[in-house]
Formats: sequence, C-alpha cells, structure tokens
Amino acid sequence: MNGLKQYFKDTWLGIWTVLVGMKVTFKHLFVPAVTIQYPDVRVKLPERARNRLYVNMDDCIGCDQCARACPVSCIEIETVKAVPGEDLGTTSNGKKKALWVTKFDIDIAKCCYCQLCVFPCPTECIYMTDVYEFSEYERQNLVYKFATLTEAEVEEKKKNFEKFTAEKEAQKAAARQNSSASATAKAKAEQKPEQPKTE
Amino acid sequence: MYEILNNIFGNQAVAWIIAAALPLFVFILPFALFAVWLERKVSAHMQDRLGPMRVGWHGVLQTIADILKLIQKEDIIPAEADKKLFNLAPILVFAGSYAAFAAIPFSSKYIGSNAEVGIFYIIAVSSFVVAGILMGGWASNNKYALLGAMRSAAQIVSYEIPSAIVILTMVMLTGTLSLDKFSQIQTAYFWNWFILGGPGDGLTKFLLIPFMIIGFTILYISTLAEVNRTPFDIPEAESELVAGYHTEYSGMKFAMFFLAEYGNMFAVSAVITLLFFGGYQSPFGYLGNSFNIPWLVPIEQVFWFTFKGIIFVFVQMWLRWTLPRLRVDQLMHVCWKFLIPYSFVNLIIVGIITLFR
Repeated sequence: MNGLKQYFKDTWLGIWTVLVGMKVTFKHLFVPAVTIQYPDVRVKLPERARNRLYVNMDDCIGCDQCARACPVSCIEIETVKAVPGEDLGTTSNGKKKALWVTKFDIDIAKCCYCQLCVFPCPTECIYMTDVYEFSEYERQNLVYKFATLTEAEVEEKKKNFEKFTAEKEAQKAAARQNSSASATAKAKAEQKPEQPKTE
Repeated sequence: MYEILNNIFGNQAVAWIIAAALPLFVFILPFALFAVWLERKVSAHMQDRLGPMRVGWHGVLQTIADILKLIQKEDIIPAEADKKLFNLAPILVFAGSYAAFAAIPFSSKYIGSNAEVGIFYIIAVSSFVVAGILMGGWASNNKYALLGAMRSAAQIVSYEIPSAIVILTMVMLTGTLSLDKFSQIQTAYFWNWFILGGPGDGLTKFLLIPFMIIGFTILYISTLAEVNRTPFDIPEAESELVAGYHTEYSGMKFAMFFLAEYGNMFAVSAVITLLFFGGYQSPFGYLGNSFNIPWLVPIEQVFWFTFKGIIFVFVQMWLRWTLPRLRVDQLMHVCWKFLIPYSFVNLIIVGIITLFR
C-alpha cells in the first residue's frame, strides 16, 4: 500500500515539476532579450578597454622605447638620424625630433594587448583605440605599417645620412691623419734625441 | 475533395495528382517553414535571446533561405553505405508523415480521405516512420546512426502502446473510428469538447472530465515520444549520438527528415485536437452561421483546426526548451511503469462510466 502511495506521489511530482519548469520558461518568453543585434548595435566599451594600437606618427620621435617594452616583440622600429640642416619639426608637446622613422611596423597578430608599450612613450603618440574589428584573410595584412615616409624618401634619408657620415668620417680621418702626422713627427722629434741615449 | 477536383477537371488522373499534392504544397511545406521559424524564435525568446532577425521581418524568411541552401548542397552518399536503402529511407519517413495527412479533416469540406477507419489508419501509417528511421540508420553504416535508429525503434514501438490505448478509450466512448465523426460529435462549442466530458449533460459528463484529462496527458506525452521530440529525443541526442539516425544525411535528404519531423509534429497535434479539443469545430460557434454566410464556415473550420494544431505544436516546443533529455532507461520506465498502467486503468474506468451513459 505504501508502495502504491509512493507511486501516485511520484506521478504527481513528475507532472507538477514539469508544470513548474514550464511556468519558468513561459515567463522568460516575455523577458526582453539580453543579446543585442551586434553589427547594428554595439555595447559601449569600458573606458580603459585595450584594443588595436595606433601610432600618431606626427608625434613619434623614434625613441624605440615602445619596441623595447613590448613583451612579444611585435613592434619593429628603424630610424635614421637626421643630418644637420634637416628640420623634422617638433612634437605636439614641444620635443624636437631628431630621427627619421623609416620603419614602424606593428604585427597586430602578435600583439597581446598588454598596453605596456603605451606607458613609456615620451610623447604619448602610441595608444590603444576602440577598434576591435580588423580580421583579415591574410596574416600578412595584420602587419600594420605606420611609417609615413615613402620608400624613395627612406632611401634618400639613408643616403643623406651615409653621405653625412662618410663626410664626417673623411673629416675625422683627415683630422686624425693630420694629428697623427704631427704626432709622429713630434714623436720622431722626441725620439731622435733619445736614441743616442739608449745606445 | 477528390470528387470536386474530378468534377472540375473531368479527368481522374489529374484529380488524383492534385488531390494528393494539395496537402503537401498548401499545408505541410508552409507549415514546416513556419514551424522551424517558430521553433527558433520560441527557443530564442525562452533563453532571452532574439533568434533569427536578419532575413525579413524578425527573420520570417530565414527558413526559406535555409531551404534554398539545403537544395544547393551536395548530396553525399557515404561510400560504405547501402545505397538503395540509404536513398529510400528519407522518402519512406516522409511518406509516413505525409500519409497521415490524408485522413486528417481540416474542415468538414476538406478531408483527403473520409475513411471510416481514419484514426486506425493514422496509427498504422505513423508506425511506418519506424521502418524508415531504422532503414536510414542501418544503411548509413555508421555506429551513431545505427544506435539512434535502434533507440528510435524501441521508443516509438513502446510509446505506441499507451497512445493506442488512449485512442481506444476514445473510440470506445464515441463508437466511431472516423475522424470526421469525432469532430462532428464535439459540436461547435467548447463545452462539448471531450476534454470537458463531451457533448450532452448529466452526471457522466462531469465524471468523465478527470479521466479525459488523464487520457489527454498520456496521449500528449506518448505522441511527443513518437515524434522524437525533447524530452524524448534520445534517437537524435546531439550530445551522445552526433545527430542520431540522420548523421550521414545531407542536403535535401536531410531536409526530408526535417520536413517529416515537423509534419509529424502537426499530425500528432491534429490527432490530439481531433480526439479531445473538438477537431475542426470552433470553440465559440461560427461567424458564418450567425451572419448566414454558409461558405465562411469551412474556412473558419480550417482556421480553428490549424490554430489548435499550432497551439499544441507550440506546447511541444515549449516542453522542448523546458525539459532536459531523458535517459534510455528512464524513457522506458516512464512508458512501461507509468503511462501504460495509467492508460489501462483509465480505459477500464471510462468503460464503466460509458456503461451508465
């Protein structure tokens, strides 16, 4: 008899719990959706959200501090010194630029979005934007090139600098030759009286 | 219907073809398209999502886009499959669910076949689906498909017993197997529905109500299992069996299984409507009768029939997104230890009450 009682109890419980569950799901039918229509509607990003990097090349002085801070080495910077007479202008916070930035590549595919490159920048020219949709079919396209100089200009700057250094070297060499010539002459002059002494 | 078409076209063959194709193109296909969309919307909103929103207003055309995609897909037949059976299975499954529509009276004027043994015929052809599913699962030569098919066969065969007993109860009560007569008995007001004790008044009507509700619950649960819907979807349990018996199917053949599933959903809902909820009868009387427009009545009947059917389809979806899947042993437990004893006792009690009517 007890078993029969349990049997009816189980049956009732089975039906009752199903109805309770149905009540819950039916209520949810009228709960506004928590999802959004993504490409049309976007969730506002948090203030300090870290997304794609951007470099404002007008302010970059080519100091390479960001590249050195990067834990995954995704920033590659190459610079050429400006020769005297070339005016590179100043950054927005008044620093004088002294280097031509010939290459400023950020491999976003490697980037880990740690933001460590942003803090050392003396001119605050590298920063995180709110762009987070930049998928590509080719991985190569994820290497972002920020350098503003064209290839020809880069070549020109390199040549200028080489010429300048070559000239400088030549000057130095000449100066060294002069000085060494005089030095040897001096030495010889000094040596001569000494020689007999030793002999 | 066939007679009308025969009169219009004056050609038996044309009338046959049109009468046979009519439910498919007029009802099953649009219903399946609508039901798939509804299923996705219901599931989405029950989970506080939005579901398809892109194609058309709130994604209404989504399923049409999906069907277009399925038509374009490559028809893959596995190299090790039994090709003949593999190709035959989806057709057989679909034919099973399609054939059931032949005996369903959508209104007093439109019945595919006004057979005297309508409900008997539906029970018979809906078991056809088991053969198709078993065939597909076996021919796929895939362990998941075979397991799914075996489970499906076991499930459908077991659950046919309680549903057949409940249907037997109703047949005993009304003394007819014809679905059209079932509808006619429950005349055009909701207090005449069998769920509320059937037509007539007196003590027996009120005595019948609890047993009718029990019968309805048993029939609803067992037909839910027969169409392989959650919580009885163990034949296609995604988390265990990839997709069950239709794992190896793609493109249009998969679409046919899908169409058959949704067709079946409506077919069983229609049977429940016919047995307990007044069939095609309106719950509040007909506008056509009160305004004396006779041609409006059949149209209203079609409306009420599909409306009631869709309500039960909606409840099936509602249950799907409420309950988790049963284990195989639990499934058998529910059927053999609960539904069958209850339906037997119900049969006997209703029989006794019928004696005193």
